Order: sequence, then structure tokens, then C-alpha cells
Amino acid sequence: MAQHVAQPTATTPVVPAKLPLTAIAPWAVFFGILMLVLLYFVGAEQGATSVISGADVHEWVHDGRHLLGFPCH
Amino acid sequence: MNSATVRNLLVRGMLAGLTAGVLALIVAYFLGEPNVDGAIGFEEAHAPAHEHEVELVSRGLQSTAGLATGVLVYGVAFGGIAALAYCFALGRVGRLTPRATALLLSGCALLAVYVVPFLKYPANPPSVGEPDTIGKRTTLYFLMMLLSVLLAIAATLLGKRLAPHLGTWYATVVAVAAFALVIGLAYALLPVINEVPQNFPATLLWRFRLSALAIQITLWGGFGLAFGELAERLLAPEPATAPPGTAVAASD
Repeated sequence: MAQHVAQPTATTPVVPAKLPLTAIAPWAVFFGILMLVLLYFVGAEQGATSVISGADVHEWVHDGRHLLGFPCH
Repeated sequence: MNSATVRNLLVRGMLAGLTAGVLALIVAYFLGEPNVDGAIGFEEAHAPAHEHEVELVSRGLQSTAGLATGVLVYGVAFGGIAALAYCFALGRVGRLTPRATALLLSGCALLAVYVVPFLKYPANPPSVGEPDTIGKRTTLYFLMMLLSVLLAIAATLLGKRLAPHLGTWYATVVAVAAFALVIGLAYALLPVINEVPQNFPATLLWRFRLSALAIQITLWGGFGLAFGELAERLLAPEPATAPPGTAVAASD
């Protein structure tokens, strides 16, 4: 009887709450830049440009750079 | 509270990126490395004898620890970036659960970050590419990647704008078509790079590029599944499986 109606939540998907932009922004700026720096060292350091002199970084990540699609040398 | 949610998602994104990186590393080692070795073999057979340089890092290290460093750092970094993008996307891209949002984001990231730039400037094995043009090739590759990501974001915003007028389906079709049109223009206008040496084996080049694509599909597929699972557990409300009769009061 009344129990048969008791399943409304199973079929309606719950849309997750939005996170306010002001809460995301500081994390996005700080960690976004940090992650891009990591990508730079894997993908381009000691190739087109160099922050550290020598070729050790380039040689160490050499295979990864080729296989991940970055121009290597 | 909300800031804590962002932090939790970011940490989970980096962990999921690391997990996906391990899967991608397995593919890179078993599918990719034989092609890298093949290309180095070609290079050595065709280089004049005096050009052999002193090895800074041995091949054995490059193909194991070096490869692992590259792929895992790439996984963690993109995992973090994708988690931040996820914080923006959550609840803003239609009626999708946290898990479905993660998989959608991951699929879009695979296309925008890798496949679209790859179709214009594909991955190259050792000995393909003139050392003198590394600056130009790097600039063009990163430019193509940046353009593709920005256009994907713009297309998403366009689709959201159009959705109330056209409905979700047609708004998505128009947004994707607009993305494809502008990317097609970029493909046509940006310079062509073809620096494959004469007599470089075509099958080796093809296999190398396929393995590079397989690495990315593994990485982003693995990331979408792992991060979706973690995000769902963090964000989803308690499962609606309360015993019958308690959740909804009997209405007479």
C-alpha cells in the first residue's frame, strides 16, 4: 500500500552541489602553477629552453618525453 | 567546508593521477619501449661513426627509472590539474553524478590535451626531427595544446549558454561543431612539420605513434575511473536504500 510509493530517490539523479568559485580560485592558482612547472620539467626543460644547465634532466626523462608526445630533440 | 572539499578533491586527483600513471607506465614499457629501441637502432645505423656522444644516462636507466619518472610526474601533474577543472565542472555540466562528471571530464581532457594536438603534431621517436628546429616544434606543440584546451573550455561555455534555447542535445552538437571548425582552421593555418628522415621504417613510426596514443588512453581512462570512484565516495549523499517505510512517512 503506502510502502510501494517509498522509492522516489532511486530514479531521480541527484545533481551535486556547485563549489563556489571563490573557494576554488586560490587552490587553482597555486596548485595549477605548481603542476604546470612539473609538466615543464618533464616536457621541455633542457630541450627548447633551459633553466638548469647541462643535459641531465633531458637525458633522464628522454624516453618519457618521446612516448608522451613532447618534441624531444 | 567548501575549501576543504576542493583540497580533498585535489589530493584525490593527484592520487588517481599517480594510479593512472602506473597503468600508463606498464603500457609505455611493454608497448612503447620496443619502438624507442628500434628508432635508436635506426639512428645509430645511420649516424656517422664519430657522432656518437658520451652517454649521460644509460639506456637501461632511461627505459626504466627515467621513463617511470616522466610518466608518473606527468600523471600526478595532470591529475591535479584535472581535479581542479573538476571542481569547476561539478554541478555545472548538467545532471550528472560525481562519477559520471569525472569520466566525462577525463574523456574531454584526453581529446583536448592530447588527441587534438597529436593529430597535427604527432609524437616522434628518436631520430625523427631536426635538432635545429626543437624550439619551433616545442612552441608549436604547446601552442596547439593550449589552443585546444582553451577552445574546449570555450565550447563548453557556449554549450551551456545555448542549452536553455536549443535543449541539451542540440546545444552540445553546435558546441562540438564550433570546436571542430576552429580547430580545423588552426590545423590549416599552423605550419606543417615533416622531419621524418629518408628510409625511416613507416611501420616503426606507425607503431610508435599508436603506442604513444595507447599510453594516453590508458592514462586518462584510468584517471577517469579512479578519480570518479574517489570523488563519488567523497561527494555522493548517503545511498537511498533506507528500509521501506522509514524514508518516506506513510501518507495514510
